[in-house]
This record gives sequence, structure tokens and C-alpha cells, in this order.
Amino acid sequence: MSNFQQIFKNGLWDNNQAFVALLGLCPLLAVSNTVINGFALGLATTLTLILSNSVVSLVRRQVGSEIRLPVFVLIIASIVTVIELIMNAYFYELYLILGIFIPLIVTNCSIIGRAEAFASKNPFAESFIDGLAMGLGFTSALVILGAVREVLGSGTLFANAHLMFGEAAKGMTITVIGDYEGFLLAILPPGAFIGLGLLIALKNVIDKRLAKPATQTVNLTMAAKKT
Amino acid sequence: MASNKKLILNAGLVLGLFSFIGIGLVSFTYALTQQQIAENERLFVLKNLRELVPEHLHDNDLLADSLQVSDTRLFKNERTVTLYRAFKGEHLVAMIAQVTAPDGYNGSIKLLVAIQENGQLMGVRAVSHHETPGLGDAIDTNKSDWVFAFNGHSLSDPTPAYWKVKRDGGVFDQFTGATITPRAVVKTVLKTLQYYQAHKQTLTQAAAVSHE
Repeated sequence: MSNFQQIFKNGLWDNNQAFVALLGLCPLLAVSNTVINGFALGLATTLTLILSNSVVSLVRRQVGSEIRLPVFVLIIASIVTVIELIMNAYFYELYLILGIFIPLIVTNCSIIGRAEAFASKNPFAESFIDGLAMGLGFTSALVILGAVREVLGSGTLFANAHLMFGEAAKGMTITVIGDYEGFLLAILPPGAFIGLGLLIALKNVIDKRLAKPATQTVNLTMAAKKT
Repeated sequence: MASNKKLILNAGLVLGLFSFIGIGLVSFTYALTQQQIAENERLFVLKNLRELVPEHLHDNDLLADSLQVSDTRLFKNERTVTLYRAFKGEHLVAMIAQVTAPDGYNGSIKLLVAIQENGQLMGVRAVSHHETPGLGDAIDTNKSDWVFAFNGHSLSDPTPAYWKVKRDGGVFDQFTGATITPRAVVKTVLKTLQYYQAHKQTLTQAAAVSHE
């Protein structure tokens, strides 16, 4: 497996920031009440991850280990603020929906986590791809959890898609369960915790199934990882 | 010792450099986008106002004819309330007040309340709020038609004693599972109507002054 493939596999599955590393729970739990909310925040987070990983990787040799954390925080905060300002100016409609979630990206530990654990030790190209892969993994977690909560909570999928994709997307909303009374718990914060827990359990079950027929190879890769 | 000092100095310099770059980047973007952002916000307010008071009803610039008023009795929590007034010639057609309901379920709810010259409500809109998704957020026109129920009501219809949600013995629906949010909205709309009634005279007169 090539280096980049490994990075993608890590970001999307093996070290998924939401399901495995359990990082970025604050935005994950706050915004995953619908698919569209989750998707939009996921994209903004991915963009931040790509930019912060790239910048951190570029300056990794200039920044001593004593001050790397404050420098990373500065870089990430500047990037997020710039993204927020640009969205506010040129994508105002989207900003109105996502506005309050954008500053939340700063609180996403997975961004500084990747800066520290990966970008500060790896070349530009790898760091860029790592940001993309981790971002996509986080986005898919948000979308899946959003889908589960939206279907259980209000019986729809892709509600309010027009806020993101314009009026043409109004027909995108799928009513999964017609005449649904709504299941409030799923929409409220406890539903996010319960849903996340169930999804992590599901992922672990899948991992176990996958591991069974190929115990040998898994052990080998585990050994390889340790070295 | 000396090398330690140098290390510290170096680290400080690098940190300072990055702060400068960060500040520079943010300030530069801010300067670049500030005008566009202000324009967006202006257009957004205007769009909301036009939804309540259609353009053909008035011939003035709503944003230019705005007033900052304060009324410590009715709007206790706000220092000033912004009022937009719509005129046709010299006659007041309607007034739109940007008021805040301080007692929403999750903090304050910003509302636009449009009142026709005769005291009838033209419409109410929730501009910003943090109410519970799926429950309290039904005050949003994107989510439900609830706020349209205010249209056409006034201080005499129903009388103030009935300006409450149904659970409190009034005439306005609450939504399933959420009473606090509609209660807060109803209360603030009533207060705005009372403000308009008390100040109607001054509001129309101030018009004549600003149009001279």
C-alpha cells in the first residue's frame, strides 16, 4: 500500500477522528442534528484541516519544540478567522446558517491534534493529504450521525438542503417516515451521545468481522505500525 | 547559561513573528471584506423588512428612516430599540421594530415586528434565536408557519388579557412540547404593540420633521 493510500485509510477508517480518536466531539455533537448541518460543518472543518496542516508542515523546521503549540494555535485561529470573514463577505447565505459553527472549528481538537501528530513531522504533500483525509473522515462521521439523528428525530433526510445548495435543492428533502410524530431525544444532545456510541460500537463490530478471516495479516500490520 | 538565554530569546522572536503574521493576515482580510460584509448585513436587514412591508406600500428608504428609541418600562433589557418607519409621502404607513424577547428557552430571541399605521400587525419574524431544534425553532418561517398567526391581530383583537398562549388562557397556539418559546414571543409582540400605541403620535410627527 502506498504512503498516500495509507494516509487515506487512516483518515477515513483506521484513525477516524470522530469514531476512533474521539476528537472534535464538541462540534460533532452540536451540529449533527441534520445531514445538511453536518455536511456543511464537515466541509468547513476539512478546509481548515488542509490549510492548517499545510502551513504547519511548511514552517515545521523554523518552529522550535518549546513554542510549537502556541504557534500552531496562532496559525489555526488565524486561518479560521480568515475563513469566517471570507464566508461572511462572499458566501453570506451559507454564513448565516453556519456562522455560529465556524468559530467552533477552533475548539475542534483534531485540528491541533493533526498539526502536532502529523504535520509537524511530515513533508508538505503528505500533510496536505492527511488534512484532506482526516477532514473527509470527520465529514463522513458528521453526515452519518446526522442522517441517523435526522431520520429518528424528525423522519426526514436532507431537510433544509436549499440553505446550502440553493432553491433548486428544495426537492432534495426525503420524507423517510411520513406523518412522523418526531423523536425528540434523537435531536437533543443526549441523542448525539447515544447515536455516536452506537455508531462506534457498529464500527468495532465491523472491524472484528474484517479481522477474523485475516488475523494473520492484521497482526503483521499491527507489528509494522509499532515499529 | 548564555545559550539558554539565546534559546529563550529566539523562541520569543519566532512566537512574536508568527503573532505579527497572524495579526497581519486577519487585519488584511478584515480590511478587504469589511465593506462587503456591511453591505451584506444591510441587504439582509432590508430583505427582512421588505418581506414585512412590501416595497409598493412606501416610498422612503427604510434603513435611512430608522430611529433608536428607548423605553425602560416596556423594553427593560435593551438600551435602545431600532425602529424602521415606512412612509408614503408624509404619511406613516407602518413601523417595524427590531425587538428582543429576553426570555426564550435558550436566551434571547431577536424579532422584527411590523405594525400598520392603524395598529394592526403586518407580520412578525424571528431574525435570530437559539431555540431548541425541532421544538422551539418552529418560530422560524423556514420551519413552520407559526409566526404568521400574528398577522392582522392588534391590541383590541384580542384584548391584552388574551395576548397569551393557549395554555395560559390566551388565544395563541403553543407548539407541542414547547411553551416557553411562544410565550416569550407573544409577550414581546404585545409589548411592541403597547409601545406603538403609546408613542404613535411622536412617531408620525418625527416623520414630518425628518422629511422637511
